[in-house]
Amino acid sequence: MDVLAEAFRLIITLDEDLFEILWLSIRVSLIALVISVTLSLPLGTYLAITQFPGRKFCILLLNALMGMPPVVVGLMVYMLLSRSGPLGFLGLLYTPSAMIIAQVVLITPIITALAIQVIENLHQEYRDTFCSMGVTGRRAVAAYLVDARYALTTCILAGFGRAIAEVGAVIIVGGNIDHLTRVMTTAIALETSKGNLTLALSLGTVLLALSLLVNALVIGVREYAGKRQYA
Amino acid sequence: MPSALLPIRISDLHLIKGGRAVLGGVNLVIEEPGITVIMGPNGAGKSLLLRCLHGLIEPDQGQITLGHRRIADCRKQQAMVFQQPVLLRRTVLQNLSFAAPEIAKTNPQHLMHALEAVNLADRADQPARMLSGGEQQRLSLARALLSQPALLLLDEATASMDPASVLLIESLVRAQSAQGTKVILVSHDQGQARRLANEIVFVCNGQVVEQSPANQFFTASQNPAAKAYLAGEILI
Repeated sequence: MDVLAEAFRLIITLDEDLFEILWLSIRVSLIALVISVTLSLPLGTYLAITQFPGRKFCILLLNALMGMPPVVVGLMVYMLLSRSGPLGFLGLLYTPSAMIIAQVVLITPIITALAIQVIENLHQEYRDTFCSMGVTGRRAVAAYLVDARYALTTCILAGFGRAIAEVGAVIIVGGNIDHLTRVMTTAIALETSKGNLTLALSLGTVLLALSLLVNALVIGVREYAGKRQYA
Repeated sequence: MPSALLPIRISDLHLIKGGRAVLGGVNLVIEEPGITVIMGPNGAGKSLLLRCLHGLIEPDQGQITLGHRRIADCRKQQAMVFQQPVLLRRTVLQNLSFAAPEIAKTNPQHLMHALEAVNLADRADQPARMLSGGEQQRLSLARALLSQPALLLLDEATASMDPASVLLIESLVRAQSAQGTKVILVSHDQGQARRLANEIVFVCNGQVVEQSPANQFFTASQNPAAKAYLAGEILI
């Protein structure tokens, strides 16, 4: 109980170390999310509404990548960014940028695959009307993205949830360096192994609260969209 | 002024679905302006014929020309209202703006006039999909009419609507036809066909079996299938 009380004290008193870790976690995951969304939504929409040879293979690949273990992603990004790797000259290994890259690789297939499902359903419904109205190309893509905005928001939040809770990949490419690449999940792993349960519990509580917040947002968005028949 | 898309010529149109010829050599020429109603029993191929005419379905064989042009060359001069209205997940007004972005930019008041014409002006800012079925169909029609099409296709657009909404849609369709738009309407409703049609095309088993002026069709149809249909006998 003392440990738990101490953990809450750290949160309530806005402990500097705790909030440095928290801020880095959120910053890394949000930047990764923005990059991933920029890639995923147009790609997902294109794959959902366009027929071309190899489309099914692309979707199969994305679905397979969705389930890729984070440590494998971490290993791949590590090999890319390590000094002897093809992007080693950038000197990004063990920096927040490396963690962002790993998270982008991790969540882009997830958001893309979810977006494909959402847009495919919408495309089934809109196809004839759009064809009748002569809506094609970029105008159609933009319309699908706008009309699926609420469903896509839940996909994006799912991606954020995955990114912020990730540990395997970021610990490999970030190195869990204090004041530089230490994020909530890697800090929890480290502090637990050191027996410092107070900080680990504080971070765990914040992570849990973030997860609850994301899920509450998902439910809120769904309910709002459902009420206005925008789902 | 007659529609620019007349005459409509359909030659030897074949459409095969699931190994079955759902349209089996349709030949049809529509030359007269006004309203043509396509009638026929369920599964006869009426809606498929309309979709082929609008270019939504590519036939397996045959040719369609509208005013001596291919469908693809006159797509913008056509509009279609479907049996199930599909509206964007936006407000009523935004649905019209999306359909006619140029008008929305240059003459947004015209969009409100279009809504007034279908008695939806007071719902302009409401989510379109929260409208009732009849209101959604009226909005669909308003959207279709925004482009002032030379050819307006309606696929059982008033099915399961209340009488007041049906009459409103019919009056709009009649007014549009009077302005020179060629209207082709698929309907099961004999009363509606009698009220609206200048010409009836009767489709049965994927073929056009009768094409005649409306009066003649309802009073002196010579085709046994059409007679049975008018008598309320079920045709398969």
